[in-house]
Amino acid sequence: MAKKYDLQEVEVLDGNVAMTHALRQAQVDVLPAYPITPSTKIVELFSQFCADGYVDGEFIRVESEHAAMSACVGASAAGARVATATASQGLAFMIEVLYQASGMRLPIVLCLSNRALAAPLNVNGDHSDMYLARDAGWIQLCSFEAQHSYDLALMAFRIGEHVDVRLPVVVNQDGFITSHTAENVHMIPDEKATAFVGELEVVNSLLDNTKPITYGVQTEENWHFEHKARQHNDLLESKSHIKKVFEEFNEKFGREYKIVEQHKVDDADMVIVCIGSTFNTSSLVVDNFREKGIKVGVIAPRVLRPFPYEEFAEALKDTKVVACLDRSSPNGAVGMLYNEISGALINNEKTPIISNYIYGLGGRDVTIELLSSVFNDLTENLKAGKLTHKVQQMLGLRGPKCEYFGEKG
Amino acid sequence: MLEIRWHSRAGQGAVTGAKGFAEVVSHTGKEVQAFAFYGSAKRGAAMTAYNRVDDKQIINNEKYMEPDYVLVLDPALVMSDSIILNHKESTTYILGTNLTRDEVLEEAPFLKGKRIHTVDCMKISLNTIGRAIPNTPMLGAFMKVSQMLPIEEFKEDMKLSLKKFPQKIIDANMDAISQAYGEVS
Repeated sequence: MAKKYDLQEVEVLDGNVAMTHALRQAQVDVLPAYPITPSTKIVELFSQFCADGYVDGEFIRVESEHAAMSACVGASAAGARVATATASQGLAFMIEVLYQASGMRLPIVLCLSNRALAAPLNVNGDHSDMYLARDAGWIQLCSFEAQHSYDLALMAFRIGEHVDVRLPVVVNQDGFITSHTAENVHMIPDEKATAFVGELEVVNSLLDNTKPITYGVQTEENWHFEHKARQHNDLLESKSHIKKVFEEFNEKFGREYKIVEQHKVDDADMVIVCIGSTFNTSSLVVDNFREKGIKVGVIAPRVLRPFPYEEFAEALKDTKVVACLDRSSPNGAVGMLYNEISGALINNEKTPIISNYIYGLGGRDVTIELLSSVFNDLTENLKAGKLTHKVQQMLGLRGPKCEYFGEKG
Repeated sequence: MLEIRWHSRAGQGAVTGAKGFAEVVSHTGKEVQAFAFYGSAKRGAAMTAYNRVDDKQIINNEKYMEPDYVLVLDPALVMSDSIILNHKESTTYILGTNLTRDEVLEEAPFLKGKRIHTVDCMKISLNTIGRAIPNTPMLGAFMKVSQMLPIEEFKEDMKLSLKKFPQKIIDANMDAISQAYGEVS
């Protein structure tokens, strides 16, 4: 029986440590991992918890991230509650097995401390790894601060493991900004947190000899499409279950989470769409502009996959100007959020003027000044009733201004 | 909002100091933030750490800061690092140094006219803890200069933060805090 951990009601923790407490309280059975910055602390601390008797489960040292996710697949198929942590190149190296995990419907939880992808080598935060994983069939949740990292990691097990869902879940947090910034985090006592997560309902255990089953089968054109369609359908359907878990968490612990998080969007003329900790800093900027009587707001997906098209279409139906901020190099296209938000809004009665900013790559500071400059651009667009610049701009880039794609783009 | 920037060499305990400080201040009901700039810096390289303290939740995640206090742990960084970066009129500097105030101003004339305090954190940590980890004495000096918390209350809370260490180390740290509190000028 695992020892109880002595926690204060408020601890000063960074996102990594907060998440690891969630893994401990969820009493993860198997955590195979290959540590990588900025997620290393999760792996280090979980192995410490195992060694000190705070977890009954196993920590498995593996030879690579590919092996880590492979071990997750094996252990999850055997019927264990499974989690791991990684970032950046580590995520890139596990990508093949991410598709295996979701295709086999294994509810693994992956803690992802988002970091830039090389080259050039960079250990700091951006969303390149989050974007790389976005089509892999995993549910993706996004934290804006250490408190969310803790809460979402607890909820991730409830979401992914539900028999109607049975899908793996990524919990994203901004590398260094959230993963390494220590701040006040409200903790749930062990017995309550563990009770909330509950027992894993084992489905199709590989170790159940009374009911032999196979994982990793081959299906060609006869059945592959049906499998993938079912998987896509269930990922979309998972949204209603995610909502239920968010509601139950709020009822029990008094912290509210929504599929899409908003700050002063309702009557806003101009809105920033972003992901992660930028939502928090943008909220400050929104308040500054509101004091000047300028109606602005900020909105962010809490759930990136399944993508909340309906929620965005509803929230932004009266908005006049929208800026989509992508923290990942778009490499020859517009940013992902620009595409998704344009797609979400295109069938509304009115569509806003939409532009795209690429920002914060490799940990480049996201300042109040920069975010204010976005609202200043949007104000010009609002006045002109059209784009006053090209569709895509680089925000906070040194050197000459870079902008791309014509006004009709 | 109170904002603090630490200048240190990796390994001198600035991150631990910033986090320990944040934890102690959180016990008074404040909201806190402690973070650092990370890169490929190795032990001995110049680095910076940061604190924010406020009455309401801190949602500002920008690294940019115009600090109220600048704490310098390593004497040489006064001369080699940009310790007056984003200086504002009210910025107060606490320099860990073996030099006198006049000697510092001679070496670093850009500090003339600014609010400066000095304390020999390195000597104090070597004499008490036995190692060159000047973070806890710096916090003692900071408590004196800022008058943020009564020193005894601060020490009691610091003891809780250090509870995983042996009693001897906790006692040595308490000595270091008291000495720096008494010596900072």
